[in-house]
Amino acid sequence: MSTGSAPPILETKALTRSFSGFTAVNSVDLTIGEGTVHALVGPNGAGKTTLFNLLTGFLTPSSGTIHFQGRDITGMDPERIVPLGLARSFQITSLFEQMSLLEHLELALASGTGLTRKFWKSVKVLGRFHDRGMQHLEEVGLADRANQAAGSLSYGQKRALELALALALEPKLLLLDEPTAGMGLEDVDRTIELIQRLRHGRTVVFVDHNMHVVGSLADEVTVLQSGQILAQGTYDAVRADERVITAYLGESHA
Amino acid sequence: MGSFIQYTLQGLASGGFYALAALGLAVIFGVLGVVNFSHGSMYMLGAVGTVVALDEFGLSFWASLIVVPLVLFVFGVLLERGLVRWLLKLDPLYNFLLTFGVTLVIVDLVKRRYGSSGMPYDTPAGLRGQIALGGLELPTYQVFAALLSVLVCVAVWVILVKTRVGMIVRAATEEPDRSRALGVNVAMWVTPVFGFGIALAGLAGVLAAPTRSVTADMGTNFIIILFAVVVIGGLGSIFGAVAAGFIVGLVEAFGQAYAPAYAQVLIFVLMAGVLLVKPTGLFGSGEHS
Repeated sequence: MSTGSAPPILETKALTRSFSGFTAVNSVDLTIGEGTVHALVGPNGAGKTTLFNLLTGFLTPSSGTIHFQGRDITGMDPERIVPLGLARSFQITSLFEQMSLLEHLELALASGTGLTRKFWKSVKVLGRFHDRGMQHLEEVGLADRANQAAGSLSYGQKRALELALALALEPKLLLLDEPTAGMGLEDVDRTIELIQRLRHGRTVVFVDHNMHVVGSLADEVTVLQSGQILAQGTYDAVRADERVITAYLGESHA
Repeated sequence: MGSFIQYTLQGLASGGFYALAALGLAVIFGVLGVVNFSHGSMYMLGAVGTVVALDEFGLSFWASLIVVPLVLFVFGVLLERGLVRWLLKLDPLYNFLLTFGVTLVIVDLVKRRYGSSGMPYDTPAGLRGQIALGGLELPTYQVFAALLSVLVCVAVWVILVKTRVGMIVRAATEEPDRSRALGVNVAMWVTPVFGFGIALAGLAGVLAAPTRSVTADMGTNFIIILFAVVVIGGLGSIFGAVAAGFIVGLVEAFGQAYAPAYAQVLIFVLMAGVLLVKPTGLFGSGEHS
């Protein structure tokens, strides 16, 4: 099914997940080429979020395999997958309301170093991550709010912090779950710009319902429906695909 | 004025029991996602354990303050390793039912061994009588219990804010999935946090022993109020659990003083009121899933 010529960074084979009789992801063969930006689209309930949860270890597949950089990560726990270079953002902003922005970044930066095991150490040890944390906050334009609590941020700023956190994990592959969901036009354009900047040296897979976002960012688009891949290709090719038009607009328009 | 201060003290003392136990409930819920129904019976075990420690082992109150929570920590670790752990991947309801079952077993075992009538426990020597504070005669033990609970809550707070384990536990408590996605090994903290939460309930029980009627059933009413505390403070909020513990203690004390028939009802009126105004509780973020 792959149309990319880049060597694959992520590959799933017959990936399947059922919930008591209902198959949310059904035998998905997905290949993501290294260095590409890949969009996952599809109607609600198509299995996009389930697929994300499978790829990042938050759900265990019922069957099938996931290989990341040639390594089998099927059934691995999230905290073991992250250090391999596969990070994700969340659809619903899930930040630590009372922690400062910088603390968020320090926690993310420390987790890869094994420092989180040395629990008796004072938080001051985290000071060594101060500069790198600030750097990531600058990247997303939040440096001047470094010491504020995350709870005080606006919606758009929270989404930006989500991105900074994902970047701090230095992922080779970044999964973004609806990075522009609920944003106004201006924030959407700023996020597109941001993703265009951070894609350098990385592979990005994102879910989004906003076709403007998909069209401006994605090298390749995969359309999911009822847990299966319906179509795959460039944005223009997929948009012209009759099965896709039917899935999105209903039989009468086909 | 004098009676006002006395009721406040009484409220802070019993509020301290709620705050300690609710703190334990909150960290367990946060890190494991388990609503530990057996928390009331752990509080009871703390109180009964204190009585038994004196009667059968000659252990003083001061020794019990350390030993009983430690024993309950070990008990909590065994409970987590032996039972709770195996249900963590299932719907949280299973562990709620499991800990409910554990409660029934514990309460009946205690009844079988020690009967169901009250076990008297004298106020420890040195904490008896009254203490003169600013022209008021206050019960020494209540001053002690209130101060110690506040102290332990503050100490736990400092650990949570100032150390790395605190940062991890706070992170895992507020957003477990988020923490795992940042590469934090939440699983590593599950067993010690469960034991620690149980130990806090046990400590509340030790402190309650001299002031309450110590029976096998004393945890039953306690867990109901404790759930109200956690709902008022906001499920998953550590600070909320402690604050609401003291608030509920005060409401109960003033209720008993001015409207004894409605003392218990007041707590649930407060809970309903909070839920109407802020469904996530006073300090809950509402994004915990």
